Amino acid sequence: MLAGSRPGVGKAATSRRLAPLCSPSPGKSKEAEIKRINKELANIRSKFKGDKALDGYSKKKYVCKLLFIFLLGHDIDFGHMEAVNLLSSNRYTEKQIGYLFISVLVNSNSELIRLINNAIKNDLASRNPTFMGLALHCIANVGSREMAEAFAGEVPKILVAGDTMDSVKQSAALCLLRLYRTSPDLVPMGDWTSRVVHLLNDQHLGVVTAATSLITTLAQKNPEEFKTSVSLAVSRLSRIVTSASTDLQDYTYYFVPAPWLSVKLLRLLQCYPPPEDPAVRGRLTECLETILNKAQEPPKSKKVQHSNAKNAVLFEAISLIIHHDSEPNLLVRACNQLGQFLQHRETNLRYLALESMCTLASSEFSHEAVKTHIDTVINALKTERDVSVRQRAVDLLYAMCDRSNAQQIVAEMLSYLETADYSIREEIVLKVAILAEKYAVDYAWYVDTILNLIRIAGDYVSEEVWYRVIQIVINRDDVQGYAAKTVFEALQAPACHENLVKVGGYILGEFGNLIAGDPRSSPLVQFNLLHSKFHLCSVPTRALLLSTYIKFVNLFPEVKPTIQDVLRGDSQLRNADVELQQRAVEYLRLSTVASTDILATVLEEMPPFPERESSILAKLKKKKGPSTVTDLEDTKRERSVDVNGGPEPAPASASAAVGPSPAVPACCDGLGNNLLLFCSLMSRGVSQPQRAFPKHPRISAGGSEFVCKNNGVLFENQLLQIGLKSEFRQNLGRMFIFYGNKTSTQFLNFTPTPVPRCGLDSLTRTHLNLQTKPVDPTVDGGAQVQQVVNIECVSDFTEAPVLNIQFRYGGTFQNVSVQLPITLNKFFQPTEMSSQDFFQRWKQLSNPQQEVQNIFKAKHPMDTEITKAKIIGFGSALLEEVDPNPANFVGAGIIHTKTSQTGCLLRLEPNLQAQMYRLTLRTSKETVSQRLCELLSQQF
Amino acid sequence: KKLAGRGSIRFILIQNRAGKTRLAKWYMQFDDDEKQKLIEEVHAVVTVRDAKHTNFVEFRNFKIIYRRYAGLYFCICVDVNDNNLAYLEAIHNFVEVLNEYFHNVCELDLVFNFYKVYTVVDEMFLAGEIRETSQTKVLKQLLMLQSLE
Repeated sequence: MLAGSRPGVGKAATSRRLAPLCSPSPGKSKEAEIKRINKELANIRSKFKGDKALDGYSKKKYVCKLLFIFLLGHDIDFGHMEAVNLLSSNRYTEKQIGYLFISVLVNSNSELIRLINNAIKNDLASRNPTFMGLALHCIANVGSREMAEAFAGEVPKILVAGDTMDSVKQSAALCLLRLYRTSPDLVPMGDWTSRVVHLLNDQHLGVVTAATSLITTLAQKNPEEFKTSVSLAVSRLSRIVTSASTDLQDYTYYFVPAPWLSVKLLRLLQCYPPPEDPAVRGRLTECLETILNKAQEPPKSKKVQHSNAKNAVLFEAISLIIHHDSEPNLLVRACNQLGQFLQHRETNLRYLALESMCTLASSEFSHEAVKTHIDTVINALKTERDVSVRQRAVDLLYAMCDRSNAQQIVAEMLSYLETADYSIREEIVLKVAILAEKYAVDYAWYVDTILNLIRIAGDYVSEEVWYRVIQIVINRDDVQGYAAKTVFEALQAPACHENLVKVGGYILGEFGNLIAGDPRSSPLVQFNLLHSKFHLCSVPTRALLLSTYIKFVNLFPEVKPTIQDVLRGDSQLRNADVELQQRAVEYLRLSTVASTDILATVLEEMPPFPERESSILAKLKKKKGPSTVTDLEDTKRERSVDVNGGPEPAPASASAAVGPSPAVPACCDGLGNNLLLFCSLMSRGVSQPQRAFPKHPRISAGGSEFVCKNNGVLFENQLLQIGLKSEFRQNLGRMFIFYGNKTSTQFLNFTPTPVPRCGLDSLTRTHLNLQTKPVDPTVDGGAQVQQVVNIECVSDFTEAPVLNIQFRYGGTFQNVSVQLPITLNKFFQPTEMSSQDFFQRWKQLSNPQQEVQNIFKAKHPMDTEITKAKIIGFGSALLEEVDPNPANFVGAGIIHTKTSQTGCLLRLEPNLQAQMYRLTLRTSKETVSQRLCELLSQQF
Repeated sequence: KKLAGRGSIRFILIQNRAGKTRLAKWYMQFDDDEKQKLIEEVHAVVTVRDAKHTNFVEFRNFKIIYRRYAGLYFCICVDVNDNNLAYLEAIHNFVEVLNEYFHNVCELDLVFNFYKVYTVVDEMFLAGEIRETSQTKVLKQLLMLQSLE
């Protein structure tokens, strides 16, 4: 078969006539072919336009030629009408060519669509199974919205009608599936749905094969309505896997009974949790065991087709076992089976085993079993010829990594990195960085690992990675001295990567003093070492180094003259790059005019970074898609809490109020930005730059708009604007309130007081502690004052605190009260989790008082992206690919209060047709469920 | 481009070693330029792989399951979490049907009988799903249709 080209050409009459058009004659040029085609097109055009009406046969012949020319890659701009005419022919061949032309060449918005739909309608009603088949295939192939509008009602009827032929049923099922995919809103569920489920029992396995695909897709979006498919699928599967290899006759493929149908049934079952009915569940377990047993039996054929078909079913069964994640015995058996495949001589099987084991590694039942294969996987990394297999090995090592093997795995990945394919280096770098951080017991090891990363693969070390090492060093004072010493030593290398210069510059600027006692790394030696790299670096790195230098001026007064000389040099002060020049000018000036105190304040050591999800993890997720990054820590609940930073270093000090420049995160960086800032620091007027807030006036009673965001204008009238900026971490928060006097007259006796409001039970205890200092009682016209409120959440609460403001304006006493948007969800920490975990916990929280549900009308347009942003803004993690229905949103997180931590799961189910939502909250605490549900419901 | 729903074929391509397309069947809306780009990309990705490599290759957000028969590459583009071996054997099942139907099929059969090849495809795959897997049933239907010509 296909063993080579035979001399003969096709057999059918049509094909011989087409032959001269496409014979690949080597001597002739492309132009000659185009010439020949154009001649033929002109001929066909004249036939179509000719006075003599063409008979069906000729019309078919020419339409077929046009199609052929189109498929050769030439544009066709006529013949559509003739093709449509062919649809009403009573001859199969003419009709078939007509439909083929339409499927291949007519786009959905064609004006011919009405004519086409008419012809399809006639064929659907013809009761001729061949014609019905052609029409259904055409709908399935085009699948346009117009066709959905025209036939979404008719196709289900054909599908479930008692007298429909089997082959038509098959086509109708998949045709309906296509329409449902393109226009789900036009395919409403109805009486036919239950009858469709029963097609799983059909005698004809082809009908079952087609119907299973349809049911799977429908069940993903409407799990409740198709619940009964579970037991039917299990019994169908059971009959297949226990059948003798000859029972199913034409559906047996190389001695494997109905492999594709088995795979489809197993996929359908993955739309649901394990069956609740013990009998069904038992039967399914038997099936899965049988499939695993068969894998151990000697093969019935040596052909690869036999083993492929058998293993297709096996892998799907393993996917289902992993999906259920509830039978430790099956999980371990699956793992052992995959372990055997890891050493199989078929590359395909080794690849698939690595891939499948990766998901097994995240199950607590099989994690240990997966770990036993570490040596084989490391070996795969070293010996596999196909880069995609090596890639899977890296993935698996990453997934199986935990505290017990982290050092080994990181070392192996680092050594692989030396020779790794360029295409996967960046990803390996991210993975090494994440593992090193996550499992660092000893932070010296962490620093060494990252510096090694930069040494081996500096070009692939993205900003996130080196930002992260700096965040961690800054947040952990036990490693700062070691880090300074290590970067200092690494910088001794004659050629080092620019990323190392960045990390080195940053760390020495902050912590160079910790090693300055050693004469070998005295301040001047440190400076000279850094400056020796300066001229080879790019502008952003040089900018960063300038900031390091000004930090040195503060840390080491003895090198100040040297540094001032450098800053004063023409290559700095007159640098063509405006950023460098500005920094040089400003830093030089700063070093000259500022007192030691001011220098010390401006150039103070960076405060710790807020703990957030690792930015590297976020990057890896973005690169690989969220589902592929299994966060084992989450599943195993052993999060390391001490080191966690944000995607960008946060503006944590006064000096960063201008906001860090995006390119260089730095301590000193906010500094370089402008002199204005410097001035404002000198004068100590803590005025927030105006651009922190939107300009347009808006009056807000502190309403629900702040539930999902932390910054913005809280209140505005003709006199006063109140802006907010707040940040929350675990059960603590800090809110910056900015009061702007919009008039040109002074406010006197200005006294803003935030007070927690009394809930019903607050007489006995406080839910929320607010601490603040009074602000200056005089606010000049046009000026802004800032008030900082420290917030502690003691226990969960419903009532938001109130901000009372009193002041005198032009002789009258003003009184303003606004609700402060401090709501329970502010103390939410997102938690990522896998689908299995989510549903397992969901089930654990099934007491009626733990669940609160609200069904409500949408108040805003139902936009998926906005909804996602709101859920993330609400504070919970947005879990992708967790809910079997992709239209739903699920989230998870922990509410932190001083007295307790409450795990929360939420699920939001939009119903576009009804413009409604159903929101379900499950937490271990009724009041928390209740409050979160109220808060979130207002948002949509 | 985000796909609607999971678990379906995005396209089927048959190409020869020189990159000439012998069949292109699309189950997703693409415009002509995109189609051409996909065809070229698939060719570039698949032809560099040797027999020791897997029959699967990552492709944008999808994966290609492919098998080479003489000078022809049969490629199916599916979701990353679709069952690789099931589609690999679906290709072989399809090739066996073609072989039977065209009595020892060769590349030129696919060229000159393109309209029949489309019929075979629609009998076995529809709406991006596997429609019929029984070779006996498919061939019986094809012979019945042949008799109507």
